[in-house]
Amino acid sequence: MDALVTLRAVTKTYRQGEVDVPALRGVDLDIAAGEFVCLSGPSGSGKTTLLNLIGGLDTPSGGHIQVAGRDLARLSPGERAELRLRHIGFVFQAYNLIPVLSAQENVELVMELQGVGAAERHARARAILAEVGLAGLEGRRPAALSGGQQQRVAVARAIVSAPDLVLADEPTANLDSENGRRLLEIMRRLNGERGVTFVISTHDPEVMAFARRLIRLHDGRIQADERRDGPP
Amino acid sequence: MSLLARMAWRNLWRNPQRSLLSLAAIAFGVTLLVFSVGLQIGGYEQMIGNTVRLLTGLAQVQRPGYLDAPRLRLDIPAARDLRARLEAGLRELAPGVVVAPRAQSFVLLSSERRSLGALLVGVDPRAEARLSSLPGTVHRGRYLRTGEEVVLGAALARNLGLAPGDEVTVLGSARDGSVVATVLTVVGVFESGARELDRSLAQMPLATFQDLFAMPDRVHALVLGEAPLDALPELVRRTRALLPPDPPLAVLTWEHIEPGVKQAIEMDFASGWLMYLILVLVITFSILNTFLMAVLERRREFGVLLALGFRHGRLLRLVLWEAALLTALGVLLGMALGAALVAYFAVHGITFEGMEVYAEQFNLPPYLTPKLTPFVLFSGPAVVLAVTLLAALYPASRVRAVDPAETTREVG
Ligand SMILES: Nc1ncnc2c1ncn2[C@@H]1O[C@H](COP(=O)(O)OP(=O)(O)O)[C@@H](O)[C@H]1O
Ligand SMILES: [Mg+2]
Repeated sequence: MDALVTLRAVTKTYRQGEVDVPALRGVDLDIAAGEFVCLSGPSGSGKTTLLNLIGGLDTPSGGHIQVAGRDLARLSPGERAELRLRHIGFVFQAYNLIPVLSAQENVELVMELQGVGAAERHARARAILAEVGLAGLEGRRPAALSGGQQQRVAVARAIVSAPDLVLADEPTANLDSENGRRLLEIMRRLNGERGVTFVISTHDPEVMAFARRLIRLHDGRIQADERRDGPP
Repeated sequence: MSLLARMAWRNLWRNPQRSLLSLAAIAFGVTLLVFSVGLQIGGYEQMIGNTVRLLTGLAQVQRPGYLDAPRLRLDIPAARDLRARLEAGLRELAPGVVVAPRAQSFVLLSSERRSLGALLVGVDPRAEARLSSLPGTVHRGRYLRTGEEVVLGAALARNLGLAPGDEVTVLGSARDGSVVATVLTVVGVFESGARELDRSLAQMPLATFQDLFAMPDRVHALVLGEAPLDALPELVRRTRALLPPDPPLAVLTWEHIEPGVKQAIEMDFASGWLMYLILVLVITFSILNTFLMAVLERRREFGVLLALGFRHGRLLRLVLWEAALLTALGVLLGMALGAALVAYFAVHGITFEGMEVYAEQFNLPPYLTPKLTPFVLFSGPAVVLAVTLLAALYPASRVRAVDPAETTREVG
């Protein structure tokens, strides 16, 4: 099977003043289309760095990264933006949404950039918001939504254009366990029904329970990579 | 409206106080700009209008060199024919056009009390009454009709101790070199408000003047008036075409004849620029500050947009749109307020303390009426719009430094 994401000997070293801070120390990883991957590890182990590299938000210090058949190192910044727009969805820990846009508009924004017509945009945004349990709240601005609702809008926005890959960096970290579980269930369902690949970072054991594949990072290295079968 | 446009618009009102303050600064600056340019332009037109109407006319036909060295022999022959030809030839361009013939000489005027030098001008009283505001300023006696009469400036009459009904002796030299010595009856005294004229100008009927100075059908100037100011270039062009080749004649415009007025306008305009520059800078800095803060506050949001697939260029455009919206709003508001102010005072006039002295010096009425022209309404606002957008490029360019990997990492 062709891998959707391929990392080979990827390293990332940040320079902080005079000191080199190694964040990733040589990561080899293949993620196939349709996987539901959980990236775990203690704080500072390199989870965010790894997601940023896969999403092309940052460039590695060494090694190669391929996403959807493209070598990221060969892409111009504009082409990387295009890759994110068409193939990758992001969900961050918090403040994902554009505060001046309603939930509906936040979801439509990406589609507008992609050139989707207004009517289709509108219908698709409504449908996906209903799917994440936000029917009736489409017109609310982020400030009028709870943290859990905001994260669900972010997931809806990430998924609405049927990307190949959704990268979620500790999406439940700011949520209570009830809302966290709900968000994860939604992502699992979207993974199952639509075949969208998810890579979710967390250090929350409850999240790891949802994983079909659990990758443990430690000090910038992959410490363990386990696969499990069947839904939890 | 696209989502981006909606975003730009709503972003303006995220910090309403800050945006309103910027808006007020722009609107206030533009109002001031429109109003002061209107005042300036209105003042100049008044100044020009009064100068032109008092005596100078829009343009004059003279012998070349006469303006700098007014010698009696430097005159225009066959004046009656030429005048008729000009009137007929220019009527199409300006139906009300007046061509007033004038001949003049420096003379000695004597009363029983004393003798004073004066400029004695032979005029066609009817033409002057239409072209010049001077006949209207006769405040004692009456203006000229015909025969052996003279009107004197108020200061000149006072210095000579003369009043209407008195006689004044004229001493001068005629065109052929003979001595002119005659007695004229003072029929009126004028007070034009222009000090120089009131102190040294005397007018008499042209026919009598021509007889006295031995210059039949000859004049020193044909004064063109009662045509619109903006028709001046065309007026000059057509007049030139109507002139006979011999002797050579020149068409001088009011700017040429009264360079002081033109210089005063230019100096005033130049000094105005400094104030305008400062105004535009104040407006620009207020915009700069607003958008620099807005961009710095929203780095995280920009990071998210970049992660969604925005390019830096699109972010830059978003911020520029916001700046353009705010500026355009302020400029429109300022234009409306400025135009309203100008329109109000164009009708009611403005006057302030000490203005009379200044006004007299520059031939102005003691109140100012601003004027609304396309230049007044658009020049300042256009500069403000251009400069602020240019300035907004700086804060907008700061979005290029936004690193999505950094900004989206930060939590809270
Ligand atoms: N911009 C940066 N400059 C310097 N060091 C950084 C920077 N970003 C991350 N690091 C360091 O890289 C390491 C990995 O960080 P990160 O990827 O955020 O880990 P995690 O997401 O697992 O908490 C940490 O030691 C962190 O301090
Ligand atoms: Mg992290």
